[in-house]
Amino acid sequence: MTANRAIVRDALGIAVASGAYAIAFGAISTAAGLSLPQTMVMSAVMFTGASQFAMVGVIGAGGGVWPGALTAVLLGTRNAFYSLRLASLLQARGWSRPLAAQFVLDETTAMAIARDDPRLGRFAFWATGAALFTCWNAGTFIGALATQAISDPRVLGLDAAIPAAFLALLAPRLRAREPLAIAVCAAIVALALLPFVPAGVPLLVVAALVGLFGMLRR
Amino acid sequence: MTWTAVIVASVACYGLKLAGLALPGRWLENARAQRTVQLIPIALLAALIASGTFATGRHLVLDVRVVALGVAVVAVLLRAPFLVVVAAAAATAALLRLVHL
Repeated sequence: MTANRAIVRDALGIAVASGAYAIAFGAISTAAGLSLPQTMVMSAVMFTGASQFAMVGVIGAGGGVWPGALTAVLLGTRNAFYSLRLASLLQARGWSRPLAAQFVLDETTAMAIARDDPRLGRFAFWATGAALFTCWNAGTFIGALATQAISDPRVLGLDAAIPAAFLALLAPRLRAREPLAIAVCAAIVALALLPFVPAGVPLLVVAALVGLFGMLRR
Repeated sequence: MTWTAVIVASVACYGLKLAGLALPGRWLENARAQRTVQLIPIALLAALIASGTFATGRHLVLDVRVVALGVAVVAVLLRAPFLVVVAAAAATAALLRLVHL
């Protein structure tokens, strides 16, 4: 019982923090020109932070909706590997499987696989998922609604907030030399291509190059 | 157009989550594919940071966003929470514009 209570406490902590993060998403999405319903559909259905920020970031920078969509999907591929890892633990069958799938995220995976007891792992997954989904959507709504009242998002520096949000997402992945080198190369390639090709294309080239690098490397 | 892209991307991202639970494990168990999938977000996020900071449309520009990103880097190095990093960058850009730098 105490173990369950500790899990609920951790889950709520994660959810509240991510709610704040969702406020930033709602604000940036609205500033990028997406409507409130579009922003809410992304938080309810896409429901994976990095992908959502990437899509509205690309659209906001004038990169177009389809390159934005593709970038979001590429960033979402890691969730397939999380759910693969969680499949045997969750044993989700029937009606619970589509719901379990929606809750597969960085945070829920981390909370679930940290437990030795599978029963506690499942409890951690569902508790974190439910709390996170609630706070994420509430935060999005608040952020989007607040930003709708502002005429020019640049006055609030929201255009500068987008790269900062990406940086905060990227930083924990840069703890070794190889990821850092990949990040620097990707930034250089994107900037070098940018003046010469249609908007959004540099990102797709970067994705293709890193995919090729990953598959060819020993 | 925007609606179609929002719905397609949202459903595709959900489908990726469902795939791992529904497909037989061996489909995704390739070690090379797993490593590649970890590298893609690193490259894409770095490219997004660069173009969001140094470009407007298809033009390379240097403006207050560079200073804002510098502030964000410092905040990240100081292990500030996510919202502090974002707010510090936004506030930097907003203040510098206010004084017409």
